[in-house]
This record gives sequence, C-alpha cells and structure tokens, in this order.
Amino acid sequence: MTAMLGRLGWAVADTWTITRRDLTHWVNQPAQIVIGLLFPVMIVLMFGYLFGGAVALPGGGDYREFLMPGMFAMTMLFGIETTFAAVAGDAAKGVTDRFRSIPMSGSAVVAGRSVADLLNSVLGLAVMVVCGLAVGWRFHEGAGRAAAAFALLLLLRFAMLWVGIWLGLVVGRPEMLAAIQILVWPLTFVSNTFVPPETMPAWLAAVAQWNPLSATVAAIRDLFGNPGPAGASFAAEHAVALALAWPLALIAVFAPLATRRYRDLNR
Amino acid sequence: MSDSPGTAVLAEGLRKSYRGSAALDGLDLDVPAGAVCGLLGPNGAGKTTTVRILSTLLRADAGRALVAGHDVARDPAGVRRSIGLVGQHAAVDEQLSGRQNLEMFARLSHLGAAARRADELLARFGLADTGRKPAGRYSGGMRRRLDLAAGLILRPKVLFLDEPTTGLDPGARNEMWDAVRDLVAGGTTVLLTTQYLEEADRLADMICVIDHGRVIARGTPEELKSRLGGDRIDVVVRERRDLAAVTEILAKVGLAEPRAEPAVRRVSVPVEERVAALGDLTRALRERDIAAEDIAVRRPTLDEVFLTLTGGRS
Ligand SMILES: Nc1ncnc2c1ncn2[C@@H]1O[C@H](COP(=O)(O)OP(=O)(O)O)[C@@H](O)[C@H]1O
Ligand SMILES: [Mg+2]
Repeated sequence: MTAMLGRLGWAVADTWTITRRDLTHWVNQPAQIVIGLLFPVMIVLMFGYLFGGAVALPGGGDYREFLMPGMFAMTMLFGIETTFAAVAGDAAKGVTDRFRSIPMSGSAVVAGRSVADLLNSVLGLAVMVVCGLAVGWRFHEGAGRAAAAFALLLLLRFAMLWVGIWLGLVVGRPEMLAAIQILVWPLTFVSNTFVPPETMPAWLAAVAQWNPLSATVAAIRDLFGNPGPAGASFAAEHAVALALAWPLALIAVFAPLATRRYRDLNR
Repeated sequence: MSDSPGTAVLAEGLRKSYRGSAALDGLDLDVPAGAVCGLLGPNGAGKTTTVRILSTLLRADAGRALVAGHDVARDPAGVRRSIGLVGQHAAVDEQLSGRQNLEMFARLSHLGAAARRADELLARFGLADTGRKPAGRYSGGMRRRLDLAAGLILRPKVLFLDEPTTGLDPGARNEMWDAVRDLVAGGTTVLLTTQYLEEADRLADMICVIDHGRVIARGTPEELKSRLGGDRIDVVVRERRDLAAVTEILAKVGLAEPRAEPAVRRVSVPVEERVAALGDLTRALRERDIAAEDIAVRRPTLDEVFLTLTGGRS
C-alpha cells in the first residue's frame, strides 16, 4: 500500500517535472509560442474580413459569429501538430531513450505531455476568445452552456493529443511535421468550419458533415447560440452527442495504440 | 561464468534479430566491477544493440544479462537506478540550458538536491558559465560533455558509453578521455564501445572485439596484441624498386601475406619465431644484395590485430 502510494507520488512529481519542462521551453523560446498562438488569429482576420464578406449564410446571421466556433475547434485540431512535433522530436533526439533509461515513472512522460499540451491549448483558446470578442463574436446562451462548449473543445484536444502521440512515436521524425500539416488542413477545410456544408456538392457535404471536427463545431455553435446551418441531417441534429462520441472513439482507439507503441519501443 | 559480487556486467548468450537478421548472435560478456571494458567492433557489429539491451531500452530475444546485480528483464527499475547511459548521439533537450537539463534529469532520477547536483556537474565538466544558453546552441564537444554529465547524475555504478568520441575533434576527444579516466579513478565500471582502436587501447583494461553480434576475442590490450598475430617484422628499403623483391622474401619467411606500404618504402609481415625469421630474412637480403634502411621486430598494433580478427573489414 505504502509502496503503491509512493509510486503514485513519484508519478505525480515526475508528471509535474515533465510539464515544467514544456513551460520552460515557452519561457526560453517565447517567439515560438507567440507565433503558435497568433497563427489562428491571422486565419480569423483573413477569413473574417477578407473572404467572409463573400459568404452568405443559408440561415442568415453574422459570418464572424459563425466563424469563431470553427476557429476555436481548428485551434484544438492544430494541437495535433504541437504534440506530434514534441513527441517525434524527443524520439529523434534520444530524449525519450534517456527518459526510459532513468528510474522515473514511465506514465509521467505521457501524463506530463498531456498536461503541458492542454495548458498550451487553454492558452490558445483564451487568445482566440479575446480575438473573437474583438471581432464581434459573443456567447448568447449563458456561462453554463459556454463552459460546456469549452469542455467539448478540450475533449477534442485531448483526443488529438493521443493521435499526436501515436503519430509522433510511429513516425519518429520531427521533419515530417509538414506531412502532418498536409493531412490536417483538408480536415479543417472539408468541414463546417469556414462555410456551411449545405453550400458544397452533396458528396463533399456528406464528408464534411461526418467530419469529427464538424461535430464539435456544430455542437458549440449551438451551445454558444451562434448562427449555424439549419440543415436537418442526422449529424446536425445530434451534434452534441457526436461531439462527445467522436473524441471518445478516437481516444478509445489511439490511447491504447499509443501506449502499446510506447511499450514496444523496447522491441 | 559467475555472477559474483565482483561482476558489474554479465551477459550470457544474448540474441537479438531485426526482421530475421541477427544483430546479436549469442553474445557473452563479463565485466568485473571497477573495470573499463572496451567493446570494439566495426560499424554494424552489434555494439549499440548490446548497450541498449544492457541499459533496459531493448529486450533481448534470448539470453540473460545482469547489470550491477539486477536482471535487465526482471528488474529493469533496479538496473535504471544503477546505471548511466551516454548514447551515440547527445540526448539532451536542446531548448533547455545545460543547468535546466541537468536539474530536470536529477529530479526525474528522484535525487534530493537536484539544483546542487546540477551545479556540481556543470562545474566538473566546465559548463558552469553557460548561463541560460540553450543546449541546442552548444558546440559538439560541450553538448557531449553535457550528455556525459546527464549520464552521471545519479552517480551510477555502471556507465555505458556508446562511441563517446565519434564526431569530436581531437581536443574534445582528449577532454572526453580525461573525463572517463577520472570516473574510473572514482570506482565506476565503464562499458565503452568504440570503432577506434586507439581509444580502446588508451582507456580500456579489457577489450572485447565483437563482429557479427559475437565476441570474437577478449583480453587486455597487451594480451590481444601478443596472442593474435604474434611478432611482426618490418623492413624499410632504401630504394623503392626493391619493394617487390622484399615482399617476395617476407612471404617465405612470414606467416601471412606481407603488407607493403610503398609510400614509406615499408613491408611488414607476422612471423612465428622471430629469431629464426630474422636470420632467414637477413641471409636472403644479402644473397640478393638488397640494402635495407631499417629492420625492426615488434609487437603488432591493435589495428593489425583488429584487421586480422575481422577479416580486413573495418
Ligand atoms: N532498429 C533496427 N532495425 C533493424 N536493424 C537494426 C536496428 N538496429 C540495428 N540494426 C542492425 O543490427 C546490426 C547491429 O547494429 P548496431 O548494434 O547498431 O551496430 P553498431 O553499434 O556496432 O554499429 C546492424 O546490422 C544494424 O543494421
Ligand atoms: Mg552503434
């Protein structure tokens, strides 16, 4: 019992040490994190003001109010790149091996990564909320439903964390980040993030509607009371359920895959 | 083989294959506590695989290994508390300063005074005044020293060094050698892999030559030199045109094909019995009226031993 508590104590302490390592990166290389935080802001400005004027929402409503929930979810999706780069970088540089050769808690490597990446995403969300408020976005359904929306966003980020860890361990080469970005971008565009799927050709609309990202975006538009497509598809009607189900399904698949991959590093 | 308390590293019949091809093919190792064992072998011999198995990073397909008395398969945590690992590439966080790296690894190794330990090691490896500079901006030699410092954090009983000086300039290499000698004076057992014979010769008390995943010879540097190849005779001729004739003579006198180095007008060959061989040689030279500038009987260099053992591949 005391041995177990002792181990748990070390796991917590080691998790904090690994988390602090990432926080130290932020302090040491502030430019890197600032660029990461400002990139989605740039996209908001680009779409909100440059392209947005040309978008007429089928159900009416302000485009920037429509856009912001999509941007929140996109920021969570981009987290996959942060996680991937960190995990692949550690594997390639031998830092992962160093962790595996010292008497630290093995689970702390992943737990510390989770805490650091979630903190990073909370910060990213905060920046985006400020940005949203500045461009005229509001939440209209009360603080409780807004909090639920942010919880759904962090759930999506948590799912992306496991996908990112798995990809990072499998690929193991940080220079492949560009390839990951090429995969992430279409996922963002073929969704309800920038335009309502109703405006797309039917086959593309079907893909966009079933995109996990769309589930979260549709759900939080509803929770924030922002304009969204009025469509009567199954995906649109069960948005919140899907915004829970998709990330949970991804976690159920990728958490065991990533864990097994980590354990199999000794093969 | 025994696993007495005097044994720091013991490996028996280690095997490891990657997709059907054997990286380790029944490797045995026995390093007494406090010794420096040089694992010497050409590229691809299985050195890194051995180190990774002994440091619990890799699981062997067969065989067993004890490090500081702990079984690597059954008690990896025990092994990790007793070892330091300095891999082939510096494994430090490039976005952290040297001090931040060492403090992190000290905390993760569950040492009490992490900051103090970091300071000690920074001072010892001449990194005390690197300030907040991230390790990614260190020179190759500094990064290697930081890596070594990280491997020493928990005052290991056994230190693994995988090609510690590969890619370092001669100055940094000498610093690394001095650091290893200091460690050994402090009683740490060192298992070091290298492709450089000179390095093994200078640092190691015992050498295991490995090739194709097996130990093909072991002993002190001196033993290896005397046991393998025996004495050699070098002949340096005055005129380069005599090289062919001397090579012919030495082929008769020696045990193996003579090796000619035209650039220095030298031919050398291993011999069985040096006095008799020297007699035959001088007689033959006189008969053919060849002027030798120098004739020397000497022990082989470790280089020559290595070439003999690995069949000329290196
Ligand atoms: N992860 C791996 N996958 C496939 N083959 C490997 C792997 N690691 C090592 N090998 C092979 O195993 C053999 C031994 O490699 P290694 O232990 O790295 O040799 P050394 O360190 O002596 O150069 C080589 O033939 C190498 O190609
Ligand atoms: Mg190697």
